[in-house]
Amino acid sequence: MSAVVFAPIESRPPPVATRGALAWIRRNFFDGWLNSLATVVTVLMLLWLVPPLFGWSIVHAVFAPDNAACRAAHEHGACWGVVAEKGRLILFGRYPFEEQWRPLLACAVLIALLVASCLRPFWKPWLAPLWLAVLAVCYVLMRGGMLGLTPVETSRWGGFPLTLALSVVSLAVAFPLAILVALGRTSKLPAIRAVCVLYVELIRGVPLISVLFMASFMFPLFMPQGTTIDVLLRVLVGMTLFAAAYLAEVVRGGLQALPKGQVEAAQALGLTYWQTTRKIVLPQALRLVVPAIVNSFISTFKDTSLVTIVSLYDLTGALQLALGDADWRKFFLEGQLFVAAIYFVFCIALSRYSRWVEAYLNTGMRRQ
Amino acid sequence: MNDNEAPIIMFDKVSKWYGQFHVLRDIELRVAKGERIVICGPSGSGKSTLIRCVNRLEEHQSGHLTVDGIELTDDVKAIDAVRRNVGMVFQQFNLFPHLTVLENLTLAPMWVGKMPKKEAEDKAMTQLKRVRIAEQAQKYPLQLSGGQQQRVAIARALCLTPKIMLFDEPTSALDPEMINEVLEVMVDLAKQGITMLCVTHEMGFARQAADRVIFMDQGQIVEQNTPTEFFHHPKTDRAKDFLSKILSH
Repeated sequence: MSAVVFAPIESRPPPVATRGALAWIRRNFFDGWLNSLATVVTVLMLLWLVPPLFGWSIVHAVFAPDNAACRAAHEHGACWGVVAEKGRLILFGRYPFEEQWRPLLACAVLIALLVASCLRPFWKPWLAPLWLAVLAVCYVLMRGGMLGLTPVETSRWGGFPLTLALSVVSLAVAFPLAILVALGRTSKLPAIRAVCVLYVELIRGVPLISVLFMASFMFPLFMPQGTTIDVLLRVLVGMTLFAAAYLAEVVRGGLQALPKGQVEAAQALGLTYWQTTRKIVLPQALRLVVPAIVNSFISTFKDTSLVTIVSLYDLTGALQLALGDADWRKFFLEGQLFVAAIYFVFCIALSRYSRWVEAYLNTGMRRQ
Repeated sequence: MNDNEAPIIMFDKVSKWYGQFHVLRDIELRVAKGERIVICGPSGSGKSTLIRCVNRLEEHQSGHLTVDGIELTDDVKAIDAVRRNVGMVFQQFNLFPHLTVLENLTLAPMWVGKMPKKEAEDKAMTQLKRVRIAEQAQKYPLQLSGGQQQRVAIARALCLTPKIMLFDEPTSALDPEMINEVLEVMVDLAKQGITMLCVTHEMGFARQAADRVIFMDQGQIVEQNTPTEFFHHPKTDRAKDFLSKILSH
C-alpha cells in the first residue's frame, strides 16, 4: 500500500461579486419583497417630505432682515431674516455690542486649539501648558479690565462663547477628576473608596438643574458675608462636578473590563501603582470606553443650555433674549433651527472624531 | 544543592487563606540558588498560590517568607526590591496588547530599571534572540501565535535579569503543536543556572530539566524528590494515585 499524499489546495481569490449599477441596486434595495417594500415606502416618504421642506426653507424663504417681507411670507416660507437681524444677539448674548470682536476672537482661538488638540502631531507635552495659556488669554480677552480692554462682567457673557467656555472648561477639568474618582472607587483603601462612592452617588442622584441652583444660590449662603464668588465660576464648578460623576462611572466600566492578568503582569515586572495605571491600565481601559466617553461629552455640551435657569444666557438662552422682541417672536422656529444647527455641527464633528480615535487606539487589538 | 550557601527562597511555616478556605498550610520549603524545581499536583492544591507568594502577587497571612535575603511583609520597598529580582511567566501570557513586542520588553527596564531607551532596546533584542523570535519585535502580541506570545513573555521576564524565574503553568493554554517550542526555551534557560520554580504537568520537562519535583495536595507539600525517584518510586499513595491519572494515557 502506498502512502497517502497530502496535496494542499492553492489559495485563490474569493469569487467576484456581480458588478454594475443595476446589480448593486437590486442587491441593496430590492433584495426580497420586504426590502423592496421598505425602499418604495422610503422613496414615497422622501417625495412627500422633501419638496415642501425645500420650498419652505429655500424657495419661499426670506433671507433679508425685512420684517414686513417675513410676515408676508409666513406660513409658506421660512424667515431666515430673524437670523440676519438677531444673529449677533443669538451668538454673543448680552455682551456689549461694540466689544463683540473679543468673544469672536476668543472663540476662534479656542476652536483652533480644539481642532489642533485632536490631531496626532500636537499630542506633545507642551499641549497642556498651551491650553492653560490660551484659556488665560481668552479669559482676559473676554473679561477685560486690563491692556486697555473695557471690563465686561461675566454675568454679561453669553451666547456661543459661553456655551463653548462652559463645555470646554468643565470637560477639561471633569475628565482627569473622573479618572481619579474611578481609580478611587477601585482602590484598596476603604476611606478613599467611600468618599468616591458617596460623591458619585450624591451627584448622580440629583438633576443637573438642582446642582446648578445649589451652586448658584445656596453656595453663597455658606460663604462668609461679603465674599462673592463669580456666578459663572459657581456654575462651572457645578457642571464640572456633575460631568465628572458620570464620566467616573464610564471610566470605572473600562477599569473593570480590563483582565486582572494585565495588572498582575505589570506588578510582577516591578512597576509601581502609578506606573501600572498610566502605562498599562488607563490606555487599555479608556480605549474600551471611547464611545461612552464621547456620549458623556456630547451630553455635557448640550446640558450647558440649562444654565439659562440661573440667568446665564448661553446659546439657547440668548435665542430667548432675541425672541423677546415682539416683532420677531413669530419666527422662533427659524431661530431654533439656527441654534440647533450650531449644536449639530459640533456634536457630529465630535462623533466623527471619536470614530477616528477608536480606530487609532485599536492598533494592535485586532489580529490582522 | 550546596548546603553551605543560604537558600535563595525560604518558606517558614507559611499559611494563607482565601476567606475561610485554608489554601496554603504551614509550607516549609527551601530553594537553593540555581535550583530548578517543578511543582505539580491536582487542581486547587495551592501550587499557583505558592509561587505567586514569592513575588507577592498573593500575600501570606502567617509564617515567614524570605526571598534573596529580603523578608516579604507589607513594606512596599521590600516588595519592589523582590520583584526586581523575580521574573514571572503566566498561563495566559499577559502580554500588554496595546504595546508592540519590543515595547513590552523595554517597559520595565526603562521605568523600573531607569535604563536609557537605546540600551533597553538592545537588551530586549538580545532576549528576543534568546527565545528565537527577534524578527517579530515590531508586531503586536495579538498578531503572534500562542507559542510565540509565551516566548515573548519569557523574554520580557528576563529583561530585568532576574535571579529567580517563576512559571505558572506556562504551557497549559497552548495548542499541543506549540508546547515544545516553549519547553525548549525553558530547558535552555534551566541549563544556564537561573533559579526556577515551575508549576507544570509537563513530566517530560520535569525529567529533563528539574533538580527536584514537589508534589502538593490540599495546600500542603505531600512529597518531594528527584524527578527519577518521584516518577518511578512515589512514596505516598496520593502521589501514586495522581501519577497514575496523568501518566496513564
